[in-house]
Amino acid sequence: MLLGFTHALVAGLLMGFVYSLIASGLSLIFGVMNIVNFAHGEFLMLGMFAAYWCSVLLGLDPLVSIVIAVPVMFLIGVVVYKVIIRRVLKGNRISQILVTFGLSVFVANLALLLWSPNYRLVERNLSFAMGNVKLLGIHVGIPEIIASVGSIVIFAIMYYITHFTKTGRAIQATAIDPEGAQIVGINIQHVYTITFGLGVACVGAAGVLLATFYYIFPYVGSFFAMIAFATVALGGFGSIEGSFVAGILIGIIEALGGFFIGPAVKYAIVFIVYMIVIVLRPGTGLFGW
Amino acid sequence: MRKTVVAICVFSLFVVLSGAAVAADTIKIGAIYPFTGPMAGTAKMCRDGTLMAVDIINNKYGFDFLFADTEGIPSLGGAKIEVVFADSAGDPKTGMSEAERLITSQKVVALVGCYQSSVTKTASQVAERYGIPYVNGDSSSPMLTERKFKWFFRTDPHDGLYAAQQFEHLMQLEKDFGVSLRRVALVYENTEFGTFASRAEEEAAKKYGFEVVENIAYTTGATSLTSEVTRLMSAKPDVVMMAAYISDQILFTKTFKTMGFAPKVWHNTAAPGEPAYLQSVGADGNYLFLRQGFCADQAVNKPVIADVMKIFKEKFGQEMLADAVRSFHAPLALADAFNRAGTTEPEAVRKALLETDIPGKYCLSPWEGIKFDPETHQNVHAQYIICQIQDQKFYTVFPSEFATRKSVFPFPSWEGR
Repeated sequence: MLLGFTHALVAGLLMGFVYSLIASGLSLIFGVMNIVNFAHGEFLMLGMFAAYWCSVLLGLDPLVSIVIAVPVMFLIGVVVYKVIIRRVLKGNRISQILVTFGLSVFVANLALLLWSPNYRLVERNLSFAMGNVKLLGIHVGIPEIIASVGSIVIFAIMYYITHFTKTGRAIQATAIDPEGAQIVGINIQHVYTITFGLGVACVGAAGVLLATFYYIFPYVGSFFAMIAFATVALGGFGSIEGSFVAGILIGIIEALGGFFIGPAVKYAIVFIVYMIVIVLRPGTGLFGW
Repeated sequence: MRKTVVAICVFSLFVVLSGAAVAADTIKIGAIYPFTGPMAGTAKMCRDGTLMAVDIINNKYGFDFLFADTEGIPSLGGAKIEVVFADSAGDPKTGMSEAERLITSQKVVALVGCYQSSVTKTASQVAERYGIPYVNGDSSSPMLTERKFKWFFRTDPHDGLYAAQQFEHLMQLEKDFGVSLRRVALVYENTEFGTFASRAEEEAAKKYGFEVVENIAYTTGATSLTSEVTRLMSAKPDVVMMAAYISDQILFTKTFKTMGFAPKVWHNTAAPGEPAYLQSVGADGNYLFLRQGFCADQAVNKPVIADVMKIFKEKFGQEMLADAVRSFHAPLALADAFNRAGTTEPEAVRKALLETDIPGKYCLSPWEGIKFDPETHQNVHAQYIICQIQDQKFYTVFPSEFATRKSVFPFPSWEGR
């Protein structure tokens, strides 16, 4: 029993870090631009496919190709912002929801058309990053450990950019008060572009890390996106620290709930916890303001 | 502007008329599969299987098979069969509305398909309401035929039949290797298919004196299966019996390996038989047992299998696997009923279906034929074979009259491979 508990706890924690990274990109975009990106899961899927194609065509391990994939995802984010999102920022809520939702359907089906619905796994070629290790009498997968460490590193980089650089301060200012930011000479279009790129780069990075141990197919993003929305709401809209902590919490709740109560209801338990937080702290989640 | 309107009218008229012209000498049947969503790959296999059967019905081929020496349905003046495909997205509600659309606006005379039992359940309710024959070849929940619907028929075996075979296979292993495999853990996805498969396994376990030590329902499409596998390991079963869909089957395999869990026997339903499975997991898929309605190695007993498989590969660019074969039998049984009824009028077709008696040599699966039970409309000859993956290929290991290889036992530990 104790062994099972430790196993579930460790596995939940590791998965939680990945959830955190996925959610923080979503949270960042929402916090700054006040737009809920329904295509978030599809960007995750693109990140996973980026890792897959780098491995198939260039023979690169995801741990190497992350260096290529993240800038590419950043650029995709920039292009999507410039071509689509920019035009609906001034529009009403409904058109914003519809446009990102439409984008999600479009991207998923484009992937279906280009890459077929088949399931794929990345063939690894860095042998040190495979297999599992025995810790405290339990087996833990090395890819999972690397993915969670990677998630923490990427999150730290993003946190540094948004909190300790000039651009980051401009992003913070725009999030708090766009008009005020414009008055003091911040180019908010520029800020929005970078923010969207960063958010997509984050989720793309999460996709690459996830690709080291999870199967890949065009609709892979939908289930993760659902968890990401719950994570962002639980952590508090617009708070990237909040979404990071909430991601870890959700990973642990899912694993322990599945172990002690029943796997069939583990997601129900996640959403019940979320409901409780929403009732106790409506509108702010755990860390929102 | 006016010119455009006129042009559109003329064009629409043309489309309608050409449609009508086509309808005069073709028979439309509807097929619903989950073309979008996580089951899209499986759906393609089912679609290709359906089209393969229709291709043999509509064209002349040189081998000995039902409709192979004629073009179209002979008693209907060589009328060709046309399949109208619809997408259920794996959702029972969508499957239901698509069935309705196919019957009312597409005017199909019969339905096949759905694959997922939960979707077949709702789509067949629509067919029942409209009084349209529905022949299913690819859903395995026992409940579908237990409802004793008037219009629903099934060519394939169901999970209830399979459960008994699984335990017979276990007892065979116990005898051959002198071991006890009495501790069984059930793992299943928590919709129609998994729930009923596990229920059938539970009943069979009681009957044969096995102990169910753990019973795990999980949500299909889960982002992580570690808590499921942790629970399994805590139960220390000899045997794991799994009813999963393909994506979870891949993730379970990865998770078993990561967590170093190797039960002595790992029994599965049909999921590991899908092409994506071995492509994804490679050698990690070895030594699983799975049930199949069909296995390519059965061509040694039935040469026509090799002929059909060859055409399939040429036409669709991939190997014909069990799911395609499952979907293959349903349109075949329908065409045979149309032919004997001499009409596509529903009641006459239903009557003809009840009198179906297709011999075993015209089935790709190892059956004595297709003959529907007068009450449940389940094919009374349907049965599964149990295969094992060895060297990343499928081999029949049970029942012994079909076996081409011996079972490898026990399931080797992950480190020692």
